[in-house]
Amino acid sequence: MTTTELTRAGTGSVSSGGLGQAFRDTMSIAWRNIRGGLRVPDTQVYMFIQPIMFVLLFAYVFGGAIQVPGFEADPLAYRKILMAGIFVQTMAFAVAPASVGLSDDMHKGLIDRFRSLPMARSAVIAGRVVSDLANQFVVLIIMMVCGLIVGWRVENGALGFIGAVALLLFFAFAMLWVGAFIGLSVGNPQVAASAGLIWLFPVIFLSNAFVPPQTMPAVVRTIAEWNPVSAIVAACRDLFGNPNPVASDAWPMQNPVAAAVLWCVLITVIFAPLAINKYKKAATK
Amino acid sequence: MNAIIAEGLVKTFGTGDKAVHAVAGIDLEVPKGQVVGLLGPNGAGKTTTVRMLTTLLRPDAGRAVVAGHDVIAEPQAVRASIGLSGQFAAIDENLTGRENLWLFGRLYQLSSEQARKRADELLEQFALTDAADRPAKTYSGGMRRRLDLAGSLIVHPEVLFLDEPTTGLDPSSRLDLWDVIRDRVREGSTILLTTQYLEEADALADRIVVIDKGKIIAAGTADELKARVGGDRIEIIVHQAASLSEAAAILHRGSDGQAVVDEHMRKITVPSTSGSKGLVLVIRDLDEAGIDIDDIALRRPSLDDVFLKLTGHRAEETQELEGAK
Repeated sequence: MTTTELTRAGTGSVSSGGLGQAFRDTMSIAWRNIRGGLRVPDTQVYMFIQPIMFVLLFAYVFGGAIQVPGFEADPLAYRKILMAGIFVQTMAFAVAPASVGLSDDMHKGLIDRFRSLPMARSAVIAGRVVSDLANQFVVLIIMMVCGLIVGWRVENGALGFIGAVALLLFFAFAMLWVGAFIGLSVGNPQVAASAGLIWLFPVIFLSNAFVPPQTMPAVVRTIAEWNPVSAIVAACRDLFGNPNPVASDAWPMQNPVAAAVLWCVLITVIFAPLAINKYKKAATK
Repeated sequence: MNAIIAEGLVKTFGTGDKAVHAVAGIDLEVPKGQVVGLLGPNGAGKTTTVRMLTTLLRPDAGRAVVAGHDVIAEPQAVRASIGLSGQFAAIDENLTGRENLWLFGRLYQLSSEQARKRADELLEQFALTDAADRPAKTYSGGMRRRLDLAGSLIVHPEVLFLDEPTTGLDPSSRLDLWDVIRDRVREGSTILLTTQYLEEADALADRIVVIDKGKIIAAGTADELKARVGGDRIEIIVHQAASLSEAAAILHRGSDGQAVVDEHMRKITVPSTSGSKGLVLVIRDLDEAGIDIDDIALRRPSLDDVFLKLTGHRAEETQELEGAK
């Protein structure tokens, strides 16, 4: 009978455990996040509307008014430097789905259900990271297509392009852990939605993402030059071969790729253990 | 053989003055194939007990063995042998019913094919086939509970934990769910059921364990517990509050105990040892006195009475207080 078979299969394979099981469980959770997420209007807006909206708004509303120092001759210069900024901003927004998703699962008791199942402990959080990273990748592709339409170009060959995409995804990965940490700390999806995003705006705008730091007051300018976002934006511009109006001696601005990788490693190394620890605590109380 | 053994389980939240002794030493034995009802008001420690027995919470003291495995030493083995259906239907609202069950099956380590088959069986069994491909957020409360319960039965668990399975359901959904639970009982499942509904424990459980403030205050079959409260009572509700005292006097005369008058409900209750014969006498006397009554009944003591007797407060009262906080 199917009944007995299933019981045996259910209990029998638990001992198999290990990395294979952790991988399977992670993929099951990631599948669940993506499958369910796509049915939520918020996610659809986040993934498909918001990126396009940002590209168009910045390109056509701000684009004409902002002169890029040193590139006055190129009417499309702002759009070219803008795209890296928008890519990085959107990767940073990975905080939101991660924090809302995990806090929602806690809030609704799904984490309890998962914890009562004979599944890998790590899969809930790892599955979230995998699915959100996949979402971010799709968003990135959509934005790049938009960018190409408004005049952005990849001017540094395939290797630079691949490097930039890898860096952007690494940044998203790092920010996902920040989001996971926030989500598991607040445990309420409404709070998570605002707590996950509100601080990001100053962090993103106090950078070279949309405005060259040369135009900022000295103190703000220094902050902007050392802001991780600036390093990543500058690195992307270099890797894509886009105009990069650097006029700074600050180390991250002179060595943007190295600085960007360092920042991503640092953020991950700090927030991944914090998030995992929060999960364990929330889980065992 | 016992499917659940708990010895001296303790769980305290917080420290110092703010410490809440959620579970303050609970011993429990549930023989294989039995249904035990853990009965108590909100905050009595029911859910905390279940969370410890299902490996979600580590006990501060004591030990527990579920389906032959120690909950602390072998949590994965316990998880593989149990099903848990919680107080709040823990299903993914954005997935369809079928997808939810498939996912849970996968996480119980079934193959994709097995999980799919099992999902189909359960959807059929829980009358969810028609709604199987709709996202669960479109389900009614009763359907969600059924799906949640189905999710806890994926691997035919040896021990099933049902934490307030019908809380918040309308009466007809509740009766439906009772039927589903009775089916499990017929198939020989061992079930630990928590509830604040006294009639639910009465209807489903072989044995009832009453807990209050983290401690067991009574245990036994429903009949044993009722016997502790005493015999039958006659209960009437008069039509007009003005006739309360006269009616009380009539009831008092024909009985062997004190009449209790609830003015607000216009209800009078007296103990009675003469069964339906006493009831007939009371009806005759009331009729002769020309007193209109809305309701009259011979009542066996309910578990509600048991609870009142044991704890000094009604189960429902506590619930309301908790809710008002």
